[in-house]
Amino acid sequence: MSLIIFTEHSEDKIKKSSLEAISYGVALAGKLNIEAIALVVGPTAAPLSELGEYGVKKVVHANDSAIITSDTKSLATIISQAADTHQADVIIFSNTLTAKGVAPRLSVRMKAGLVTGAVALPDLTNEFTVRKTVFSGKAFADVTILSPKKIISLNLNAFEIIKSTGTAEVIPFTTATISSSIKIKKVNRMAGEISLAEADKVVSAGRGLKGPENWGMVEELATLLGAATACSRPVADSNWRPHHEHVGQTGLAIAPDLYIAIGISGAIQHLAGVNRSKTIVVINKDPEAPFFKAADYGIIGDAFEVVPKMIEAIKQLKK
Amino acid sequence: MKILVCISRTPDTTAKIAFTDNNTKFATEGVQWIINPYDEWYALVRAIELKEKDASIGIHLVTIGGAETEPIIRKALALGGDEAFRVNAIEEDPYFIASQIAFVAKEGGYDLILTGKETIDHNGSSIGAMVAELLDMPFISLATKLDIEPTQALVTREIEGGEEEAEISFPLVISCQKGMAEARIPNMRGIMAARTKPLAVKDPQSAEKLTTTKAFVLPPAKSGVKLVPAETPEILIQLLREEAKVI
Repeated sequence: MSLIIFTEHSEDKIKKSSLEAISYGVALAGKLNIEAIALVVGPTAAPLSELGEYGVKKVVHANDSAIITSDTKSLATIISQAADTHQADVIIFSNTLTAKGVAPRLSVRMKAGLVTGAVALPDLTNEFTVRKTVFSGKAFADVTILSPKKIISLNLNAFEIIKSTGTAEVIPFTTATISSSIKIKKVNRMAGEISLAEADKVVSAGRGLKGPENWGMVEELATLLGAATACSRPVADSNWRPHHEHVGQTGLAIAPDLYIAIGISGAIQHLAGVNRSKTIVVINKDPEAPFFKAADYGIIGDAFEVVPKMIEAIKQLKK
Repeated sequence: MKILVCISRTPDTTAKIAFTDNNTKFATEGVQWIINPYDEWYALVRAIELKEKDASIGIHLVTIGGAETEPIIRKALALGGDEAFRVNAIEEDPYFIASQIAFVAKEGGYDLILTGKETIDHNGSSIGAMVAELLDMPFISLATKLDIEPTQALVTREIEGGEEEAEISFPLVISCQKGMAEARIPNMRGIMAARTKPLAVKDPQSAEKLTTTKAFVLPPAKSGVKLVPAETPEILIQLLREEAKVI
């Protein structure tokens, strides 16, 4: 019996969200008294044996370069074959865009109950019950998986990475050739930006900034903090900022350690996307802005005066 | 060309989220119900836009739920669906729901099945991929653009850190998100026509439930905001560093 953690990589690094999933999987495997195995698909120069530092003893690597990793069917086939080979009854994903395509597919193939958006380890004293976000972050649900096989897709930034020492054995995994009916024509990647979904700090701004030309100070603050930038829906709808920066109910839901909201009033739909952030800072000139009720720290003031002073204060700190 | 659009009923985005019966049920009192925004604005409206370019396209709708879901089905028909199916069952476990949709889809023989990227209540993001697996079809998640040619779909979708353009032969399943189409409201003619469009009620097929929801929990309330004077933002920076320990 074992547990497999689907481990994603990008630019020859294991993703931070996958390290969270590995830490979660190792903790769960410990509770279940079974072995935790990381499964890596596709060629990568990331040092896979170092995943031992996160508690896995084995890394199974399907490194066939012919695998089209954006085809959910191919990925589901590889994961289910690896699960058969290693008698895995539990599969852990980080709830990334890739997982959203693959985990449900695998759930059907393995007849394994699926919980997506998990925020905590399963409660094993209450059958096998996993807490997950529902109502776009406005509540949690405790969902019991009834089937013997189980799949959990863990929310990003919901579980702390646990690192110690150790080396993992890397085991190559070959699969039969998998054909794909998806013809990829073009891939556009935005290089160099900090991924908003994975970021542990986010600086976000709204209509209070009056126009796209005023984003310089937001970007400067974000760069100084090592944060990703985000925006509210009206800002994305007005094309002041790209749509992938939109956080909120109909945009991206994020859970960074620090969320700084500048000139965002905090409509319920926006709060839904950010209220799992650990520390929320609100800067708004309207003392009645509903966002202050959801904030940990706040400044009632004009962003055009406050933000440059914050930038100055951080620069002083860094000296 | 036949398109099946999966429609779910959800509470309005501004609905108060509360629970009853010892936190086991969503408190529906005073709640306005809408078509799940992703299903409506992106999946359904894009299907309608495609039909406007090619009138031979048929748009069918499928919903899993009791009679209480019929107003939103009628609204979807008013927007431009041709006919609808309601599978008369409680929508709970994603595998059960996907099994019902797959059964309807198999009977209808669709070229294209569209879903929203997720529902705003369950946030499962699971149904499209499950239906694809049950029907052994390709699945494209989180599409932001969709065009069709006689034998294939041209799709742009969001991937980690960017986007990808692909061609896929029919039949296939696509989950839709922002970028696909512009929201619209039904006109009077559509509303009148929707009253007489076919809405067939089907009994559910037997399918397993792999999960069950035991209880709901509301997040703990914030203890209150600590305000820093606008003249001294450096104090905020100091608090973030020394008290919150986040920078």
